[in-house]
Amino acid sequence: MLRKTLKVFALGAASLVAAGSAWAVPTPGGIDFQTPVTETAKNVHAFHNEVLWIITVIVAVVTALLIWVMIRYNKRANPVPKKFSHNTVVEILWTVVPVLILVWIAKGSFPLLYEQDVAFNGEQVAEADVVDIKVYGNMWYWDYTYNQNTDKEFVVESRILKAGDPDRPLVTSRGDLAQLSTDNPMVVPVNRYVRLKITARDVIHSWAMPQFALKVDAVPGRLNQLWFNVPVAGIYYGQCSELCGKDHSNMPIELWALPQAQYDAWLAAAQADPAKGGREYLYSLPRPGATTQVASAH
Amino acid sequence: MSSDAKHAADHGHGHDAHGHDHAHDDHHDPKWYSPARWLFSTNHKDIGTLYLVFAMCAGVIGFVFSGFMRAELAEPGLQLFNGTAFGGFFGTEHNYNVITTMHGLIMIFFMVMPALIGGFGNWFVPLMIGAPDMAMPRMNNISFWLVPVSFFLLILSMFVPGPAGNNGFGGGWVLYPPLSSTTGHPGLAMDLVIFSLHLAGMSSILGAINFIVTILNMRAPGMTLHKMPLFAWSILITAFLLVLALPVLAGALTMLLTDRNFGSKFFEVSGGGDPIMFQHLFWFFGHPEVYIMILPGFGIVSHVISTFSRKPIFGYLGMAYAMVSIGFIGFLVWAHHMYTVGMDVNLKAYFVAATMVIAVPTGIKIFSWIATMWGGSIEFKVPMLWAIGFIFLFTVGGVTGVVLANAGVDHFLHDTYYVVAHFHYVLSLGAVFTLFCGWYYWFEKMWGVKYNGFIGGLHFWLMFIGSNLIFFPQHFLGLQGMPRRYVDYAPQFREWHHWSTIGYWVAAAATIVFFIGLIEAVIRRRKAEANPWGEGATTLEWTLSSPPPFHQYNDLPRVK
Repeated sequence: MLRKTLKVFALGAASLVAAGSAWAVPTPGGIDFQTPVTETAKNVHAFHNEVLWIITVIVAVVTALLIWVMIRYNKRANPVPKKFSHNTVVEILWTVVPVLILVWIAKGSFPLLYEQDVAFNGEQVAEADVVDIKVYGNMWYWDYTYNQNTDKEFVVESRILKAGDPDRPLVTSRGDLAQLSTDNPMVVPVNRYVRLKITARDVIHSWAMPQFALKVDAVPGRLNQLWFNVPVAGIYYGQCSELCGKDHSNMPIELWALPQAQYDAWLAAAQADPAKGGREYLYSLPRPGATTQVASAH
Repeated sequence: MSSDAKHAADHGHGHDAHGHDHAHDDHHDPKWYSPARWLFSTNHKDIGTLYLVFAMCAGVIGFVFSGFMRAELAEPGLQLFNGTAFGGFFGTEHNYNVITTMHGLIMIFFMVMPALIGGFGNWFVPLMIGAPDMAMPRMNNISFWLVPVSFFLLILSMFVPGPAGNNGFGGGWVLYPPLSSTTGHPGLAMDLVIFSLHLAGMSSILGAINFIVTILNMRAPGMTLHKMPLFAWSILITAFLLVLALPVLAGALTMLLTDRNFGSKFFEVSGGGDPIMFQHLFWFFGHPEVYIMILPGFGIVSHVISTFSRKPIFGYLGMAYAMVSIGFIGFLVWAHHMYTVGMDVNLKAYFVAATMVIAVPTGIKIFSWIATMWGGSIEFKVPMLWAIGFIFLFTVGGVTGVVLANAGVDHFLHDTYYVVAHFHYVLSLGAVFTLFCGWYYWFEKMWGVKYNGFIGGLHFWLMFIGSNLIFFPQHFLGLQGMPRRYVDYAPQFREWHHWSTIGYWVAAAATIVFFIGLIEAVIRRRKAEANPWGEGATTLEWTLSSPPPFHQYNDLPRVK
């Protein structure tokens, strides 16, 4: 019986995950993660779903017990209360069983934590193969420094697009998304290790990318590090995730992951004219990846 | 436990009648409308009442503020905080941040804490342990009167300059620099917030010392710590948490104050300081603070479950020491609020492990409450509804805490609505449900009149439905990546935000019903009984009249 129930749960979980794969940016009415893109994000998603089942069963058990005592031991069903107030066996059980469940959760939790935190999941990668981008949080926009400390260094400033804004208009026909799209996105190549070095110029901000299951604070005076490897070309969106003042909700993060050749072309165009050239090149491309379908749905 | 308390009850009753008469013979009770009675009060019951009335007023303000937020978030775009709505009354986006900040600070420092600790703690700790009053009655008076002053400073801060061109402090209740330093808020508003929290903290420390001294020294003869009612236990532990945690907050605030005004550089990067140090200090206070808010509720729920199951609490000692261990471990887990600041991975791993440990004593409490009901003869009176509702909701909030404890997942969920849902399930649906639980449980005892059971039940059901409707969809928003403290959001998030706002209106209806119930009880004046709950109510306060005499226990009750 129990096995059968678990099977039903597992099937339910599988179908949820399958349904999830159609989602990219936040989905209207969505109740689950945005589709995980990177290997790490998939692992986070899988681990979260496992814990979700554990906690669902725990809540179900507590609820069932509550309902049972309310039915069986209400005043009408049980006019004379029993007097016991101890039972060593159950007390040991409800201490030990939760410990075992927590140990089980920890078993999946720690490897996940180290995978996210240790650069490139411990893999040895030649420095030349790593794409380094310096990220600054500002009130209220992000800027991205490429080729830092080389003669090809340039900075891309990334600000929100707003409907009706004369300088940075939101153009839905182009596929821009309200509150998510920026004038100059961060651009990275696919299938390469990207290392972000993140800090801030004024107050604390937080660089977040839900589809990579990543988030790290941009703290003035500190250099935080984040790594990812995007396997699929596409446009990904995140939003500042540490309260930073008035326009906290108006400094989104837009990230284009492009094939190496396109990335190189963008790099050249952006270096030549960071404020404009990079953007014009990106608009000349067909919009990459899964996001197009969502954009057309709007 | 129960048989001891029962004996105590028998004794207490005999002596009390005498004590009551005695008090009347000697001097008349001050009239309720006499200002001196309240301004200069040294009576623990009057001070408890003051705390409750204050918490009710502050709670309404905090609740209205959350209404502003929900109205703003009902639709994408700017509804209220756009500079023009209602003649520009709500100001701009900055004012939204001010409202969220104030909502958090008010609900924590001026609603939950004054109500549970100052209100019910003052009222019922002396009554339950058989003490005539608190150990230091005049200090009790200053503990209370600091709170309205502190509250005044906090409200005042909303009307003085914060960041350039705007009024009020909008940096969140966590007050992180540099947003709270002169970089983010050069104006006076933040200094007023600091002064306000200094005063509130001082008030809480004085109150906590009073509780510790009272509980350790003034228990009735025969009442050992291991026979003491669980509510008194919960307040004792809470008081220790306050005494240990609040000075750390005070220290952090003072450093912030000198950074802002006297050129120190504790949290200033330009001078070699580190803003993350503030976060460590803040959360070393902030995490125990969440237990400060919930532990008294644990105590109340234990009594209510036992009373209405007509059965002694299951595993009394386990319950008491579960609270002790929750309080102790609560000091060892603070940095789980800071997984994304860039801590060493091994440090994060420690905080993951330590945090998950808290689930064990919490589980013991949940299961012990159910075991108390098991085999009992349960009556579904209004307080019991709130208690059972609390167990369910606290379980939901607790398990999402286990999810968030895992740094690997928290890197994703940190500062999203998932966190908002989590802590509102344990506080707004946890602590607040225990608050109403205690309110209805002791209503007759405190006010000497009966509440209307139908209105109380309606209040519960509306609140249960409303608050679940507000906060359950916020889990979905968080999983979808909706960040916290956003005045405006991507249209994809609209649906669940909209449901959440509808839930708010249900909760608002519940709050109106609560006040209707209060007014109805005042008008009808149904005479209270000394013990309306029957044999299940075994603690000493039920041996006294309702309301209790102005001075009780002139002859101390004896507990065998």
